[in-house]
Amino acid sequence: MNFDDTPAEAAFRAEARAWISANAPRQYEDDLRASPFGRVVLKNADIIAASKDWQRKKADAGWACLHWPKEYGGRGATPIERVIWSQEEGLYGKLSSLFIIGHGMCGPTMMAYASEAHKKTRLPPLASGQEIWCQLFSEPASGSDLAGLRTRAEKSGDDWIVNGQKVWTSGAHHSDWAILITRTDPDVPKHKGLTMFFLNMKSPGIDIRPIKQSNGQAEFNEVYFNDVRIPDHQRLGKVGDGWNVSLTTLMNERLSIGASMPTGFPELFDLFARLTIDGRPAIERSDVRAKLANWAIRANGLKYTSYRSISALSRGEMPGPENSIGKLVAGATMQDIATFAADMQGPTGAMKKSEGVDEAGLFQAMLMRSIATRIEGGTDEILRNIIAERVLALPADVRVDKDVPFNRIPTRGR
Amino acid sequence: MNFDFSDEQKQLRDEARRFLDENCTTKEVRAILEGKDVYDRKLWKGLADLGLLGIAIPEEFGGAGAGRLELCIVAEEIGRALAPVPYSSTVYLASEILLRAGTDAQKKEWLPKIAKGEAIGALAFVEGPGNPTPGGMKASVSGGKLSGRKTLVADGGVADFAIVAARAGSGENTLSLYLVDLKGAGVTRANVETVDPTRNHAEITFANAPAALVGNEGEGWTLLTQALDRAAVLVAFEQIGGADRALYMARDYALDRMAFGRQIGSFQAIKHILADMYVSATLARSNAYYGAWALSTDAGELAEAAANARVSATQAFQLCAKQNNQVHGGMGFTWEADCHLFYRRSNLLALTLGSLSWWEDALIERMRKRNAA
Amino acid sequence: MNFDDTPQEAEFRKLARTWIEANRPDDLLAVLEALNPDGSKKASTADIVRVSKAWQKRKADGGWACLTWPKEYGGRAATPIQRVIWDQEEGAYGQLSQPFAIGQGMCGPTVMAYADEDTKRRLLPPLASGEDVWCQLFSEPAGGSDVAGLRTRAEKQDNGDWLINGQKIWTTGAHFCDYGIVITRNDPTVPKHKGLTMFWLDMKSPGVEVRPIKQASGHSGFNEVYFTNVRIPDSQRLGKVGDGWNVSITTLMNERFSIGARVATGVPEFFDFASSYRMPDGTLAIEDASVRARLATWASRSNGLKYTAYRAISALSRGERPGPENSIGKLVSAPMMQDIAMAALDLQGPEGARTIDGATPAAKLYQQLYHAIGMRIAGGTDEVMRNIIAERVLGLPADVRVDKDVPFNKIPTKGR
Ligand SMILES: Cc1cc2nc3c(=O)[nH]c(=O)nc-3n(C[C@H](O)[C@H](O)[C@H](O)COP(=O)(O)OP(=O)(O)OC[C@H]3O[C@@H](n4cnc5c(N)ncnc54)[C@H](O)[C@@H]3O)c2cc1C
Ligand SMILES: Cc1cc2nc3c(=O)[nH]c(=O)nc-3n(C[C@H](O)[C@H](O)[C@H](O)COP(=O)(O)OP(=O)(O)OC[C@H]3O[C@@H](n4cnc5c(N)ncnc54)[C@H](O)[C@@H]3O)c2cc1C
Repeated sequence: MNFDDTPAEAAFRAEARAWISANAPRQYEDDLRASPFGRVVLKNADIIAASKDWQRKKADAGWACLHWPKEYGGRGATPIERVIWSQEEGLYGKLSSLFIIGHGMCGPTMMAYASEAHKKTRLPPLASGQEIWCQLFSEPASGSDLAGLRTRAEKSGDDWIVNGQKVWTSGAHHSDWAILITRTDPDVPKHKGLTMFFLNMKSPGIDIRPIKQSNGQAEFNEVYFNDVRIPDHQRLGKVGDGWNVSLTTLMNERLSIGASMPTGFPELFDLFARLTIDGRPAIERSDVRAKLANWAIRANGLKYTSYRSISALSRGEMPGPENSIGKLVAGATMQDIATFAADMQGPTGAMKKSEGVDEAGLFQAMLMRSIATRIEGGTDEILRNIIAERVLALPADVRVDKDVPFNRIPTRGR
Repeated sequence: MNFDFSDEQKQLRDEARRFLDENCTTKEVRAILEGKDVYDRKLWKGLADLGLLGIAIPEEFGGAGAGRLELCIVAEEIGRALAPVPYSSTVYLASEILLRAGTDAQKKEWLPKIAKGEAIGALAFVEGPGNPTPGGMKASVSGGKLSGRKTLVADGGVADFAIVAARAGSGENTLSLYLVDLKGAGVTRANVETVDPTRNHAEITFANAPAALVGNEGEGWTLLTQALDRAAVLVAFEQIGGADRALYMARDYALDRMAFGRQIGSFQAIKHILADMYVSATLARSNAYYGAWALSTDAGELAEAAANARVSATQAFQLCAKQNNQVHGGMGFTWEADCHLFYRRSNLLALTLGSLSWWEDALIERMRKRNAA
Repeated sequence: MNFDDTPQEAEFRKLARTWIEANRPDDLLAVLEALNPDGSKKASTADIVRVSKAWQKRKADGGWACLTWPKEYGGRAATPIQRVIWDQEEGAYGQLSQPFAIGQGMCGPTVMAYADEDTKRRLLPPLASGEDVWCQLFSEPAGGSDVAGLRTRAEKQDNGDWLINGQKIWTTGAHFCDYGIVITRNDPTVPKHKGLTMFWLDMKSPGVEVRPIKQASGHSGFNEVYFTNVRIPDSQRLGKVGDGWNVSITTLMNERFSIGARVATGVPEFFDFASSYRMPDGTLAIEDASVRARLATWASRSNGLKYTAYRAISALSRGERPGPENSIGKLVSAPMMQDIAMAALDLQGPEGARTIDGATPAAKLYQQLYHAIGMRIAGGTDEVMRNIIAERVLGLPADVRVDKDVPFNKIPTKGR
């Protein structure tokens, strides 16, 4: 048991480090450090342009989408090399949030199901950040229950005509391309009538409307489809096989290991190391300590859990199921921490702008952001179901909608 | 990075598990719970024969000379099996203290016996309610004779010798550790019943019992806290072993038990309980691994890593044990079902070596020190 | 809004207080609380039953037993609010009523609702006066939460009697009970809720065998009860044949309806304990910030329960039916008891592991560690209580049922 790199890993790390130290956009360092959760604010630059620049630079030098094959804009690196890269990239990794969905989910789906020609044209600009992708899955009637979606795709000659509505689409407003799941046959059970496509977000008939979030920002959108035409060669997977294709996408989402989920604990600990209450360091109070200890073991536990997965990768093995706990623990921990920080902020006026960091703002952002963390990409409840069913092998929920034709499934409660 | 045990170490785990599966079923655990004897002598002998008592004792003292990682592996299996033997007292505490601070003569006298299963050791540091403090220890030594009362000594009723914290004077730095032969003069002991009768506890009274210094004079508190830190990592492995088994016991019951025409494991209320148990056990395992690394390398972070492992493992075992009862419904409240064996052990292990709140406090204090440095 | 008694309530309270003052069962309570030299409780089950019966008899003679029951059945025909006032005045002596909780709280009301007049006049007065103790024979190995999954068979004989065969389990007090109400399956070929029938029976009937179950704590409070060709005359049937499910709901409703019944939380004990327990540095535990933070959370929950009960009492006082808020009681208190017990052990460091018996706050908290396991299960598990709140209070849909319209003997019985 050790935390050391193998010689090959060490060599790779040295190379990555050297390149980063020569090329990183240092001008953003302070801004990146001070940026609250889920949102990067650059004082003197446009975040989209800056992100694209950094991604382009990485791609030119062979540091984009490391584990993708070279012909699609990657480096053909091993999973462990990818982890090492993200450790070394550190803070600058925050400049990649624009591409997370495209690189993490759309790309792999394309790689598995698109034609060679499409892969060769679409993937390199995705890898280099010149094109941004989004994922059009959730709908008003279907989030956790993705297979309940209603957006229709009907065949018309060699094209498909799409009508319907998606919702919660992160980044749709600045995306160039997307993957889209639709219903092609409502007369068969829900999982069987789905088909996946990719499409250009500038296609006629697409209408994007930003949704204002509870934290005041607008990262996600409603996307309306009015007779949007998609050529059949942009279909991903077979007609009616969209459910299995979507599983590839979602699997990739859960496989992004080493992407350690923020919990807010280091920030909180920092704060309490400095805070005084009634003239005494807050951290000396036993109630504060009890709480901090609770969160410390969760934050540490997540860190060392990811180390265990990384070790499996390093040995060339698949990581075990332990990684499935990440978002569940991180989301709830962050919410608790932010609530506690807000509580402490109260009458003591403890949190002030200090060292350029707006702490009150930081924890407020966390408080609002954690709501979304606990929902996006699988709610807490869905994650518990996944752990119970896939890890502990408990039976699936009793289903009332499984073998029923989609158009016979009840749609309204009461 | 290789944050995992090696293949050889995993083989050791399999071996230990096989042995304990055969020789330490809950039937054996119950024999101690319900019977007159206070530990499983046959099992103890078996562990000695397998070389597991002296696994971390150097070969020159009759042990197997393996490292602390191997010890962690065995600890997890001991915890899984709820083994009713004085393993933690003898191996994690007494022999580890002797190894680090004992004189050559002390090591030569006791370690080979420990490895062979001929001597049981204990650590006597509790004097009445409350977590240990340097000032709280009143037992005293003068002229090589120790007097005082240790109110709760794990395995104190069966140990051959004890490492005893006592002071030679009244000042700040007068606490030292002493080795006392419990079969010798001036020692009286009475067994004490605890929440988990499968592990022996005793109250020991010393009246001018001959005592030999272990380590330097005045170093008692430092040696004691170091010993507790090191043992905390090992006990954390016992706890994650117990937590894991309680989790899968609950899982298996949830698959078997039917209510309302369904497996109870198909109710989300039960699934989510089990998922939360899994989360807690997984965090605890990862934290214990980090503790194992720090222990095996004597890392500077050991004190912090130990507290981190201990807090996490205590929480996980307590949660898994109590929810195992809950998933079992009425069965979980019976003597006959094994759930209470885990419940008892989880609550015992939460207190031994100092209770959860004490370790929570220690964790934050240690993190704070590191941060300040 | 006020906490004052109405004039009538005040008068009733005075009456109760005066009577209790004149009849204080301190001698009996002393037996209940006596300790052995080693600190363990001295009273055996027989002692507990004996002193409880003595107090109950005293109360019955004074007209203070089963207050809300009609006089002809041994009660006082008091109003629900008067019963609450009585409970408040009886205070700690109420512990002496524990063996009757199930009989008077659940069996009595069921008998009252379903038995014929003769039977009621015969059975209820000795139940009220504590001469007879009753138990509730509902749960079975195959059906606890799912009571309707029970299998104990009742078969009608040619002479009209019923023959009972099967097994009940977790029956509290069966080992000292005189009578019981038992729910059985008379028809396994119809859906599960439809083939059930309820009876009352003499626990001394031939063919009834009671075997105590040892609990996780090592004590025995509940039993397995086996029925081998036990004969019950049809006259002992409660409700119609096949209507047992509805009858059992009457019983269980009464269980959940015992308002003002003090739910144990462990908070007062922990408060006492922390107020006298000294930390190693000499300060009192209650001065420690983390102890306070935890205690504050628990205290506010326990106060919440108390005032929730007051709200229900106020409804009673106005002659209304209390709302559903009372159903949170056990769900709040039982897990809290478990947390509190663990915290009390934690405060004492390693010594917390030491077994302590007796009546000190520390001892009570130690015993609570085991007691809480059972509390989270008995009379509806935490999970079932949450379902009840979700479904009956919040109006959420019931769980998807796979066993509802299936003949009972076609329902799957084994997992995996
Ligand atoms: C910040 C953010 C970004 C997002 N980005 C995207 C995106 O880019 N593309 C995209 O397609 N989607 C996106 N989503 C949508 C996200 O995937 C869905 O919100 C999520 O899957 C939940 O679906 P829902 O909102 O319809 O809630 P519902 O599914 O209606 O859930 C409501 C509640 O019911 C519970 N629930 C539902 N089913 C079950 C069940 N079987 N068992 C137990 N509980 C259940 C849930 O846990 C939740 O508490 C985003 C969401 C957020 C918050
Ligand atoms: C101290 C004590 C005293 C008792 N006294 C009596 C008595 O006097 N008379 C009597 O008849 N019975 C008595 N009982 C029995 C008690 O009512 C049952 O134990 C209880 O209803 C649970 O049933 P079970 O034990 O069969 O557990 P199960 O019903 O098998 O439950 C096992 C687990 O599954 C869960 N579960 C079951 N169904 C569901 C569901 N639909 N949704 C979610 N989770 C579910 C439960 O919450 C539990 O965690 C007593 C029990 C105890 C512990």
